[in-house]
Amino acid sequence: MSSQKAKDVLFDPVFKNNPIALQILGICSALAVTTRFDKAFVMAVSVTVVTAFSSMFVSIIRNYIPTSIRIIVEMTIISTLVILVDQFLKAFVPAIADQLSVFVGLIITNCIVMGRAEGFALKNSPGLSFLDGIGNGLGYSVILLTLGLVREIFGSGSLSLPVFGTLTVLPLTSDGGFYVRNGLMLTPPSAFFLIGLFIWGLRTVYPNQVEKD
Amino acid sequence: MVQEHLSILFSSVFSENLALSFFLGMCTFLALSKNVKTAMMLGVAVIVVQGITVPVNNLIFTYFLKKGALVWISPSFADTNLEFLGLISYIGTIAAMVQILELFLDRYVPALYNTLGIFLPLITVNCAILGGSLLMVEKQMTFAHSLNYGFSSGLGWAVAITALAGVREKLKYNDIPAGLRGLGITFITVGLMAMAFLAFAGIKL
Repeated sequence: MSSQKAKDVLFDPVFKNNPIALQILGICSALAVTTRFDKAFVMAVSVTVVTAFSSMFVSIIRNYIPTSIRIIVEMTIISTLVILVDQFLKAFVPAIADQLSVFVGLIITNCIVMGRAEGFALKNSPGLSFLDGIGNGLGYSVILLTLGLVREIFGSGSLSLPVFGTLTVLPLTSDGGFYVRNGLMLTPPSAFFLIGLFIWGLRTVYPNQVEKD
Repeated sequence: MVQEHLSILFSSVFSENLALSFFLGMCTFLALSKNVKTAMMLGVAVIVVQGITVPVNNLIFTYFLKKGALVWISPSFADTNLEFLGLISYIGTIAAMVQILELFLDRYVPALYNTLGIFLPLITVNCAILGGSLLMVEKQMTFAHSLNYGFSSGLGWAVAITALAGVREKLKYNDIPAGLRGLGITFITVGLMAMAFLAFAGIKL
């Protein structure tokens, strides 16, 4: 594999071919877990890990899977990885795992994982597939972290970083500060608006992504 | 008893709509809502599949996976807890159910089978279906409640996608800024719909 191609495979999905903004994949979980930054971070890491490893494993056995049963084989690989991630989170970050509730399990049906396994891993070598998984995971993470950042800062006035703990960014009026919480940011609709605006911004920078009706 | 069921029906169609407040099944929700007819077909398919898989998964959870659930085989299993196998069993059940439903429809109701066409297999990877089963387990529903929940949460999803398709059909005639066309404006539309559905949040039956 040439290093140029590997680099493209790794970084293209971040902005140029973003899984959420362009391929319409994996939106389900992107919205529900972004009310706090640390939740979004844990989710982003989990999805990246699952996508990378499932693509790699599918690619390793791609020449041995009969086409007719490939979906169920992929599903089995993906669900095994998700169970591992789920058990890991429950053991090491139980508080966040609790808040993520069903959404860790839903990584199984996250179309990014399945989509990359079907669309890329079945035709490429394990190494490239692994990079493609990481790249698409990063593209997903960029949107998730941006949303988590905006929604938490404007919705609660704070920023909860993994490891470092919670910082106060905008002191709330209820604590003697100047900022009045924007409750809308914590409700579902704001996530839709923010993704819509994010896509608008992205397509202004890359006009070739604009859809023609 | 009746009131409990009514309240499940109301909350899963309106205040806790799978699509608009849990964001489940979004990929198909956005990709296949370009016209009302397709959207309604898909909605019907989701109601049917959801109505079957949620109760079946409820039985699997109660009699196989829950802590101490295997006591009916032998009392020595009282401490066995297979809950960690949940995810893989539910997705297996869903895939199998969809397959069986497809064979059944093909044999006995070919008209419906032909109209639903490619949507049935697509439903296996629809997060609304797996999400419905996971939420059912989390809410610790009884079998009767899960029957109701399966149907009504499917109905809620169908209502939402049909409504969105209706809006998008009208949107076609509007002059939207280039970058927002297609996916961007759809997200904002869904956001506005979700806001409208928030109005139901305070209502308890």
